[in-house]
Amino acid sequence: MLYTFIALVENKPGVLNRVASLFRRRNFNIESLAVGRTEKPEISRMTVVVDCPNGDYDAHKIEANLYKLVNVIDVQDVTHQPSVTRDLALIKVMVGPEKRAEVNSLAEIFRARIVDVAADSVIVEITGTEDKIEGMIELLRPTGIVEMVRTGQVSMTRGVNDGVRRVQQGAVGNRYENEYEEMPEMAP
Amino acid sequence: MKKTGAEIMWECVVREGVEVVFGYPGGANMPIYDAMLSYPIHHVLVRHEQGGAHMADGYARASGKVGMAMGTSGPGATNLVTGIATAMMDSVPVVFITGQVAAHLIGGDAFQEVDVTGITLPITKHNYLVTRADEIAEVVREAFYIARSGRPGPVLIDICKNAQVEQCEFIYPEEVKLAGYKPVAHAQKDLLDHAVKLIEKAQRPIILCGHGVLASKAEEILMNFAVKTQTPVASTLLGLGGFPASHDLSLGMMGMHGEVHANMAIQNSDLILAFGMRFDDRVTGTLKTYAPRAKKIHIEIDPSEVHKNVAVDVPLVGDLKTILTDLVPMVDEYDHDEWLKEISGWKTEADTRDIKNWPDDGKLYVPHLISAIWKATGGGAIMTTDVGQHQMWTAQYYTLDKPNRWLTSGGAGTMGFGLPSAIGAWFAHKDQEIWAIAGDGGFQMTAAELTTAVQEQANVKVAIMNNSFLGMVRQWQEFFFEKRYSAVNMLSPDFVKLAEAHGVPARRVTKREEVDEAIAWARSITGPTVIEFRVEQEDAVYPMVPAGAALDHMLQRPLKESGN
Repeated sequence: MLYTFIALVENKPGVLNRVASLFRRRNFNIESLAVGRTEKPEISRMTVVVDCPNGDYDAHKIEANLYKLVNVIDVQDVTHQPSVTRDLALIKVMVGPEKRAEVNSLAEIFRARIVDVAADSVIVEITGTEDKIEGMIELLRPTGIVEMVRTGQVSMTRGVNDGVRRVQQGAVGNRYENEYEEMPEMAP
Repeated sequence: MKKTGAEIMWECVVREGVEVVFGYPGGANMPIYDAMLSYPIHHVLVRHEQGGAHMADGYARASGKVGMAMGTSGPGATNLVTGIATAMMDSVPVVFITGQVAAHLIGGDAFQEVDVTGITLPITKHNYLVTRADEIAEVVREAFYIARSGRPGPVLIDICKNAQVEQCEFIYPEEVKLAGYKPVAHAQKDLLDHAVKLIEKAQRPIILCGHGVLASKAEEILMNFAVKTQTPVASTLLGLGGFPASHDLSLGMMGMHGEVHANMAIQNSDLILAFGMRFDDRVTGTLKTYAPRAKKIHIEIDPSEVHKNVAVDVPLVGDLKTILTDLVPMVDEYDHDEWLKEISGWKTEADTRDIKNWPDDGKLYVPHLISAIWKATGGGAIMTTDVGQHQMWTAQYYTLDKPNRWLTSGGAGTMGFGLPSAIGAWFAHKDQEIWAIAGDGGFQMTAAELTTAVQEQANVKVAIMNNSFLGMVRQWQEFFFEKRYSAVNMLSPDFVKLAEAHGVPARRVTKREEVDEAIAWARSITGPTVIEFRVEQEDAVYPMVPAGAALDHMLQRPLKESGN
């Protein structure tokens, strides 16, 4: 089944490569990965959707391995938490003036928008859950989709609820409090 | 005060307590080598960067400190790769510093440019690409901290040439601030309570002593725990020395070439206490039938090792020494006399098949040679090995009572590790006797470091177990490929002449009666020596759990060979 993780990472060059390389190295299958800035300039946020055929066992493995990366600050599993989940798609449809109204009304039903109109094509912008976007794509397909881009899923838990943190290290949480004692350093 | 990036690097390195560095200069790290002359650093010029990496690794394993190796950009850095992977697999703290082309040239395929941080990403605990001088102080400080703390491991710093020569204000960072790196020391209280309950119920418990015991310096508290609960201790290959082999509770090595009674004890146990080990496939055999009736408590610093190969009942994530110190006062005293008696029954049976107890048939067997070296050195030498049959025989017959004397490439299984790691260990303990046990195959992979040993007058004794075969591969071909020998016959140079050409005194031994005298001869010389032992060509390491078989399905040495 698909699991959704939110990872907070240091905003430094190469961190995305480290995460992607880790997933490849440990043979985890990424379904979608979205990265962006957060309210803190030094921190980036990733929403990673991963196929976990062994359920929670795989989820633990993914969380624990992410913490092996020095630049990863926090990982939570929001799969089973009430959360808001969004994906954005831009869909270019081949359509002349005669059928434009049809696409327009379809967009209205899905609360999508026409964001560009050319002589024989339009670009539809749709935001929503994966399901909703898939639904719209299916309906637009017969009209003729020529180009499409999707951002990948982003997620945020509702209210004050955090996701599940299976690894003790993660309990530091997204408030960045240092609750744990540091390891005693070995004498140099 | 303003300093160059190279000077800042050395300022920080010296503050980390580094005294010896193993390396090789080249175009992209010349400013580092130039600045080095002004600092109290002994540099060992190696003959190949792989040797330098293994020396730093051996130094780290023997001393418990962080080792350090250097190379230039491009091929200098790629030559380090095998050594980095070796340190990574065995969790050894080593800081590698490589030169890189100037920052503005990166990505342009400049001379000797290689994407070293990209190449080493999966085989380092962490790595850095430094493009500016003002990054160096913080990065070096972090690198040493990351290498030695938590689960130790190699860290690589790739420093661009411009960053080495540019000047900036030197401010030593007193503190390391890493938002995403906070190794946990103590385990959760409720899990500790759960562990205590399992220990109380256990009738047939066993401790698995891993490399983590040594890394965490938990030998003493492990002893307290084992004695208080009367629990026998089996060791992984890298855990040897963590618990004294001569102790009544010691079962010796477990796993593929482990002791019969150790493997039997694991399979028949009702509680496994895994201390700082990772259930590698070489110690579990097939997982389907691994310790089927045992509850499992796993104390481990790295959360990604928990439930990785074997699902456990109580994971205690944190520093082993800290957790055991918390745990020992919580457990009661127990005795497990019947369980221990049962184990010693298995041991007595296995001893009759031990080639050590067989009469002399005029041939040289490696187990006899290792036993002879053990006797001559009182079991107190630092032992390093290559990988293969001789490695397993050394693990079996050079039994250790003290930690940090057993230097071998376990996880990676890197041939050629023996000689360079012995040289590295010598820099950690110049007063101790050091033996490198090598195979004829492995020795030839890094034999050029003999010259390094001469240049440094490193007092290391090399014993080459020459069976004219790649012995372990030959053994597998004999057992599992119908004796179809493929690419295992090995022609070697005259090792005595080879050593002498390097200026190393050397001898060849072909008969049993020459063994003790040759060992005594090597020990009487200060400085490197080589003994080539012409050993029985087609002997096999027993016992053996075939890959993928159950841990208690061991091939044992056939009794008929004994001539009894």
